[in-house]
Amino acid sequence: MKKILSLALVLVMVLGLAACGSKADTAATTAAATTAAGSDETTAAAETEAPAAASNIKVGFIFLHDENSTYDLNFMNAAKQAIADLGLTEDQYLFRTNIPEGQECYNAAAELADAGCNIIFADSFGHEDYIIQAAQEFPDVQFCHATGTKAHTQGLANHHNAFAAIYQGRYMAGVAAGMKLNQMIEEGKITADEAKMGYVGAYTYAEVVSGYTSFFLGARSVCPSVTMDVTFTGSWYDETAEKEGANKLIQNGCVLISQHADSMGAPTACETAGVPNVSYNGSTVAACPNTFLVSSRIDWTPYYELAIKAVMNGEEIPADWTGTLQTGSVVLTELNDAVAASGTAEKLAEVKAALEDGSLQVFDINTFTVNGEKVESFMADVDTDPDYTPDTEVIENGAFQESTKRSAPYFTLQIDGITLLDQAY
Amino acid sequence: MNKHAVLHISKRDNLPWYGAWAIRGCAILLALIVCAIVTTALTGENPIGVYKTMFAGAFGTKRKMWILGQNIAILLVVSLAVTPAFKMRFWNVGGEGQILIGGLATAACMILLGGKLPNWALIVLMVFASMLAGAVWGGIPAICKAKWNTNETLFTLMMNYVATQLVAYFVILWEVPKGAGKIGIINQSTMAGWLPQIGSYKYLLNILVSLVLTVAMYFYLTRSKQGYEIAVVGESERTARYVGIKVGKVIVRTMMLSGAVCGLAGLLLVSGTDHTITTTIADGRGFTAVMVAWLAKFNPFSMIFTSFLLVFLDRGASEISTIYSLNHSFGDILTGIILFFIIGSEFFISYKLNFLKNNRKEEK
Repeated sequence: MKKILSLALVLVMVLGLAACGSKADTAATTAAATTAAGSDETTAAAETEAPAAASNIKVGFIFLHDENSTYDLNFMNAAKQAIADLGLTEDQYLFRTNIPEGQECYNAAAELADAGCNIIFADSFGHEDYIIQAAQEFPDVQFCHATGTKAHTQGLANHHNAFAAIYQGRYMAGVAAGMKLNQMIEEGKITADEAKMGYVGAYTYAEVVSGYTSFFLGARSVCPSVTMDVTFTGSWYDETAEKEGANKLIQNGCVLISQHADSMGAPTACETAGVPNVSYNGSTVAACPNTFLVSSRIDWTPYYELAIKAVMNGEEIPADWTGTLQTGSVVLTELNDAVAASGTAEKLAEVKAALEDGSLQVFDINTFTVNGEKVESFMADVDTDPDYTPDTEVIENGAFQESTKRSAPYFTLQIDGITLLDQAY
Repeated sequence: MNKHAVLHISKRDNLPWYGAWAIRGCAILLALIVCAIVTTALTGENPIGVYKTMFAGAFGTKRKMWILGQNIAILLVVSLAVTPAFKMRFWNVGGEGQILIGGLATAACMILLGGKLPNWALIVLMVFASMLAGAVWGGIPAICKAKWNTNETLFTLMMNYVATQLVAYFVILWEVPKGAGKIGIINQSTMAGWLPQIGSYKYLLNILVSLVLTVAMYFYLTRSKQGYEIAVVGESERTARYVGIKVGKVIVRTMMLSGAVCGLAGLLLVSGTDHTITTTIADGRGFTAVMVAWLAKFNPFSMIFTSFLLVFLDRGASEISTIYSLNHSFGDILTGIILFFIIGSEFFISYKLNFLKNNRKEEK
C-alpha cells in the first residue's frame, strides 16, 4: 500500500512538473514568434528578391574552445558584436563551443545546417577539412572558415576562407616594442647590444613565422641593434609550456617578450619577472598591469558582417578574403601608458598612416636579409599540398607580398637577426 | 540524538531485481531534483526546459540520433575492450594509449600505402595493423606484470603518455601544410583506406561492428574456456594456480586481447569517421570506458545501456550549452550530479542502512 502511494505521489509530481514546463515553453515560443514577425514587417518591405532577408537568416558559429581561450574569446566577441550590429534576434544565431578538429566539427556543422542556419562560421585551422565535407553535403548553406588555406583552390562555391593581414598589426606592435627598448637603452638599463627580444611561438607554421618576423622588423625599424630569440611550444594552447618558454627566454637575456600562442602563460611569466610583454588576441592589462605594453589582434567583426550581409542580400561571399587596417580587421589595443615609452602613440599613428597609404611595406626587401643576402625572388607554397610544393612568386614591387595571394600567411623565410632556439615543432 | 548508535551498515542479502531497479529509479529522480535546484539557483532557467533540451540534444533529429549511435558504438567498443582485463582484476587504464596506437597504425597505412594497394587489401592490412599495434601496447605492461609483478595501473597509464607523444611526433612528420601541426583529412580526394559506408548511413558500419563485438564478447566471457580462466584469475590468483591455470599466460593473453580491441576502436575512429589522427582523438574514452564497464558489472549487454547513459548525458550537456548560451562546464556539472547519484545508488543496492532506534525505517 505504502509503495503504491509513493508511486502515485511521484507520478503526480512528475506530471505536474512536465505540465508547468510545457506551459512555459509555449509561452516562450509565442514570444519568439511575435518578435520574429515584428522584425519581418520592418525588413520585408525593403528586401524583395533576397533569398535570406534579415528575418529568416540564421547564423551558426563553431568555436574550438570556449571563452577561456583568448583566441576563441576574440572570435566570440566579434560574433556578438556583428549580431548586435545587424540587429539579429536571439533565435537567429547559435554558438557551438568546444568543437574539436575532427568528425565532431562535421557533425556540428551538419547539425547547424539542420537547425536552419544559412551561414556557418568556423574559427580554427583544423576545422577546414570537415567544413569542406559539410559544404559538399549542404550546397545551399554558406560555410565561412577563418584561417584556412583551401577555398581559393577547392572550387567549392559555398566554402570560403578569411584571414587578416595581421602582420601589419604585429609590425606596429613591434614599433612600440622597439621604442620601449630605446627607452631602456637611454635610461642605461641595458646597452644597445643587449637589446634582445624573446618570442614564444606555437609551431614553425607560416602564420607564426610571418608574425614574429613582422614584429621583429617593426622593432628594428626604430631600434637598429635589436635581435630576437624564438622558441616553440608545439601547441596553440599550453599554459605551462608557454610560461616555461617565456622564462627560458628571460633567463637567456631577453629584455622584452612577445608571443603567438593562446594562453596567459607568457604574459603572467613576464609579470612575475617584471619584463615588458607585447600580447596577442587582446589586452592582458588587467592581469599584467606592470608589464603589458600593447597587443595586436584581428577584429573579425567586419568579416562576419560582410559575409552575413552578403547572404541577406543574396550576394556572393568572396572565396578568400583578407582583412586589413583599412577594413578595420587589424587593430591594436590601447597602449598601457604605465609601460610604453613616451611618444609611442604618435609614432604608431604615423606608421599606421604610412602602412595604409602604401608608402611603407612591412616586408620591404631592403630591410632584411637571409644568410646575409637580399631576397630578390621567392616561391611560396600558396596552394596547399602534402609535399609543400612552392608554387607562387611572392616578391613583387620590392617587397614580399604577404596575404595578397591568399588570405592565410605564407611567409616562411628565416631572416638574419632572429635566432630559432629549437625547431622541433 | 545520540550519533554513535544511530546507524549501522550491513551487506544486503540478494536484493530482488525490482528492488535494485527501484533504488536506481529513486537515485535518478533525486538526481534530477538536485539538478533542477542547481539549475534554477545558478542560471534562473526553467529546469524542465533544460531537461527537454537534453533530450532534444540526443534525439532531436535523425542526424542527432545517428551521432548518438556512433558515439555509443565507439564507447561501447572501448568498454568491451577493457572488460576482460578488469574482470581479471588487471587495472588497465591504458585504453587511451591503445586506441591512439591503433589509430596511428591505421593512419600510417592510409598515408604510406594509400593508392599503392587495392583498397580492400589496404583495409585488411589496416585492420590487422591496428589490432596488432593495440595488442602490443596492451601486451607490454602485461608481460612486465607477469614476469616481474610490476604495477599495471602505473604502467598502462605511462603507456598512454608514450602513445600520445608518438602520435604527436608523427603528426609533425606528416603535417599539411608545413608547420601547421595538423594532418587534416587523409586522402580526402581518393578516399583510400576509408572504411566503406553502408548506403547513405555514415555511422551504420561502426554501430554494427560494436553490436557484433558485444555478442562475441558476451560469449567469450561466459561460454569459453578462456573466459572462465579470466574469471578464476580475477577471483583468486592462488586458486587459479592451484587448479593448474598458467596465470602469467592468461594475463598476457587477456591484455593483448584488450589492447587489440582498443586498437580496433582506433581503426573505427581514424578510418571510419574522422579520417585523421590527432593526439586527442580518443577523447578520454579509455577512461570513460572503465566507468561504463564497472557500472554494467562487466556484462556486455548492460554496457549498451551504460554507454548510452554516458553518451546521452554528454550530448545533452553540449546541447544545453548551445541553446542556453551557457558554458559547457554547466552541462558537465549536471552530468556530474547525475553520475554521482547513479554510482551512489550502487552502494545502497549492495548494503543496507539499519537505523538502530527504529528498525522499520531500514529502506534507505
